[in-house]
Amino acid sequence: MAGAVQEVLKKLNGAGGEVVLDFSSVLRIDAGALRAMENLASTVDGKAQVALHGVNTGVYKVLKLMKLARRFSFLS
Amino acid sequence: MTESVSSLSEDRIAYLEGLVSQARTAAAVFTQYTQEDVDRIVKPMVSAAMEQAQHLARLAIEETKIGVLEDKALKNMVAAEFVYNYVKDKRTVGQINEFPERGLVEVAEPIGVIFSLTPITNPVATVIFKCIMAIKTRNAVIFSPHPRSWHCCYEAMKIMYEAAVKHGAPEGVFTCVEASTLQDNDYLMHHKAVGLIDATGGQGVVRAAYSSGKPALGVGPGNTPVYLEKTADLDTAVVDIITSKTFDNGTICASEQTVVIDDEIYDLVLTKFADLGSHICNEKEAALLARTVIDPETGFARPMAVGQRATDIARVVGLSVKPNTKLLVAPIQGVGREHPLSVEKLFPLLTVYRAKSVDEALKVCVDVNHAGGLGHTAVVFSRNDEVIRKFGEVINAGRIIVNSPGSIGALGGVYNDMVPTLSFGCGTGGGNSTMDNVNVYHYLNIKRVARRTQAPMWFRIPNQIYFNLNAVENLRQFPSRSTIVVTNPILEQVGYVDIVRRYLPPQTSVHVAAIPDGEPEVKVVTQGLEALKLYKADQIIALGGGSVIDVAKIMKLKYESPEADLEELGAAFLDIRKRVAEYPTEKANRVRLIAIPTTSGTGSEVTPFAVLIDKERGRKVTLTDYSLSPDVAIVDPQFVMSMPRGLTADTGIDCLTHGLEAAVSVYASPYTDANALQAIQMAFKYLPIAYEHPHDEEARTMMHNAACIAALAFSNASVGVNHALAHAFGARFGVAHGRANALMLPHVLAFNASVPTKFMPSPHQRAYTAPQKYAMIADLIGLGGNTIEEKVTNLVAATEELLDRLAIPRSIADMGISKEEFERAVPDLAKIAFDDPSWRTNPRMPLISELADLYWSAYQGRGLAKVVSAPEKQTATGGDAYASKSRVA
Repeated sequence: MAGAVQEVLKKLNGAGGEVVLDFSSVLRIDAGALRAMENLASTVDGKAQVALHGVNTGVYKVLKLMKLARRFSFLS
Repeated sequence: MTESVSSLSEDRIAYLEGLVSQARTAAAVFTQYTQEDVDRIVKPMVSAAMEQAQHLARLAIEETKIGVLEDKALKNMVAAEFVYNYVKDKRTVGQINEFPERGLVEVAEPIGVIFSLTPITNPVATVIFKCIMAIKTRNAVIFSPHPRSWHCCYEAMKIMYEAAVKHGAPEGVFTCVEASTLQDNDYLMHHKAVGLIDATGGQGVVRAAYSSGKPALGVGPGNTPVYLEKTADLDTAVVDIITSKTFDNGTICASEQTVVIDDEIYDLVLTKFADLGSHICNEKEAALLARTVIDPETGFARPMAVGQRATDIARVVGLSVKPNTKLLVAPIQGVGREHPLSVEKLFPLLTVYRAKSVDEALKVCVDVNHAGGLGHTAVVFSRNDEVIRKFGEVINAGRIIVNSPGSIGALGGVYNDMVPTLSFGCGTGGGNSTMDNVNVYHYLNIKRVARRTQAPMWFRIPNQIYFNLNAVENLRQFPSRSTIVVTNPILEQVGYVDIVRRYLPPQTSVHVAAIPDGEPEVKVVTQGLEALKLYKADQIIALGGGSVIDVAKIMKLKYESPEADLEELGAAFLDIRKRVAEYPTEKANRVRLIAIPTTSGTGSEVTPFAVLIDKERGRKVTLTDYSLSPDVAIVDPQFVMSMPRGLTADTGIDCLTHGLEAAVSVYASPYTDANALQAIQMAFKYLPIAYEHPHDEEARTMMHNAACIAALAFSNASVGVNHALAHAFGARFGVAHGRANALMLPHVLAFNASVPTKFMPSPHQRAYTAPQKYAMIADLIGLGGNTIEEKVTNLVAATEELLDRLAIPRSIADMGISKEEFERAVPDLAKIAFDDPSWRTNPRMPLISELADLYWSAYQGRGLAKVVSAPEKQTATGGDAYASKSRVA
């Protein structure tokens, strides 16, 4: 999971646009993945739109607790 | 931020923020774990703690120089194994409890980040305990150990952390502040990411935790009194006390401090202490100890003695004791600052007090309890249950340990079935938020998922109802030695009493209690009661209108239960099932009540209500209880054939109002609906006939039955706003109840049919169905209409037409009441109506201003004629908002 997010970061490489991350097979998120998500949010920081697709409620709550939810958009 | 926080360096703040960030991430990740996940992690943690118990105890001893290695090892094992044994099968994730019969489910929500301070006296055991609790509840902990126990605590935390993470716990779930300072603690106590402070330690730490403004579990010092009563098993008691007080050199804050011993056994007990290795101090030695181990300025024990051996303390102080002395015992003569040794002493020094009586002993224990031990722990040794009970009552302690050691007893799970803990809540007496043995449930937010519940409903009616012409003949089947006929003089004059006499069994002795017309007064009941007593009556026949039957109901109540206090029984209530008043169930006498109504309206012959005027106190007493319902109702139309037209109209509208209000009541049920709808249908059809053709037997019979049937409905579904308005208005202006109802009725129909300003909070009301119910009634009586709005409008119109046919004044103004007089009355009327319990089952909750509006609508009168032209907005002085077409919809 953390690796996949790193890949996205590389591809974005500072460019704008919109990225959709598919979370539909992510059942849980661990500390490493959270750090990667934080990193992604900080790197993008308004330059691109990052949308998360298929986030389950458990993971959504984790993002909410980490105050990361507001930094992404969510697609169902 | 506080001043102390501002003195932290940027580096230090960054360090602390790093700890918080780790813990916060771990806590967030942890929310995804299941019960099985956490249980899988806890077990190996406990095994690791058990394996390392001695090693960690040794580290603690080496670092703190406090306590006894073997005891600390045992304590570590208790903290691991006993706590595990308690928590292992507990549900702490997701749904943790279910109460199907109450529709309640409890769901656990973790706290998140817990900032935990641990003490020097029990460092490792406390860390082990808190780690197990945290994992079991999916929380992350930042530890801040007492600086003089940091290394052993860190080691304990590390062992627990490694075991936890190895089995799947989130990384960063435990962290530990290195070289923590008061400023660090202050910073973390105020950190917004910290959800709970769990402070175990001295008073300063606990106070700081509570004053941070964060939710806190702060559990601190005690001062355990022990009452050694003369019936106790002395050998057990002495061994237990020594075991407890010397355990880990007395560092457990629940350990015994002052033993209050009955005079009769005092010397023997001291001998036993001495025989088992205690040194009994003489007066001089006790004074020396007081001077040396207690700080005269603070009044507290000096830290240098904490957790030290008795022999070491003796040596430092300069006492000569035997080398194997395990406990110092110092007699004291009182408790308080002038008796320095009476405070908490977390070392093997026990004070003893000789008590001359149980009373004195309990008082001294209370004194010790209040000298720093409030809410903590107390111990009693006795075989006398009464003494134990009294001790439990007078001592304010979360743990009152009986016939067992205080310190190990308080830990729970060893000597008793209390919850195992290393953290003793001391309640408000100790300035704590809990008095419990702190456990996993204190590390959880417990959410309650409460499903809508609906109490079972009822449909209660009298045992026997006889109806139709000549139903009175059924009186024959009720044997009676002595019967009192309660009636009005006029009914006696027209021969109704004679009809009753005719059908009573021949051996019945009949006495007539004629009561005046009008609303029943207390004195009338009193007189009737005297007659019941005089004639030793076993039967009452209430022959009359609602007032007569009400008097008879209350006579019966007072005759059967002379102690019944009418004022108390008539107290206001919101829900009959939850009211304060308790109606008597014990009966001193038994009497049968047969009600024979002579009007067709109130339905009192089957209702559980009775109203009484208490003129002396200037108030109305309304009694409601099914025990008031008559035993038998005889609904015989021959008693209403000669009713005057005005009375026919007024009582008939009362009947209709009962039906209409019961139909839309929040207590309406299919049982009450069946009766309410039938009664409404009958009233619409037969009331005008009975009014216009008073001798029409069928119409009279059907209206008499309708009144009874409507009463069956409202006896169980109750009434509504119409009755509340009518009660207040009728009482103020002396207007008959039925007529007062009639004046309000169309306006209340419109009011209930409109969208409420406030819905009535009632679990029985599933949706706002009053308009639909009215529409159904309109259909039932064939009023036509295609939409609900049309049908409701037609019902209001039909009601007004009926009132017209009955020649009932169509406005309060038509009653000859001036606008000025009414204007003066309305504010009071609205308030009184709001206090009337009748509207509590109305589907729409009335505001007081809406009640005033309704009065004004009724003052102006006819609503339907104004349906088209009425203004939308209503004012307290002149509107008719509830008659407007849009509101009707």
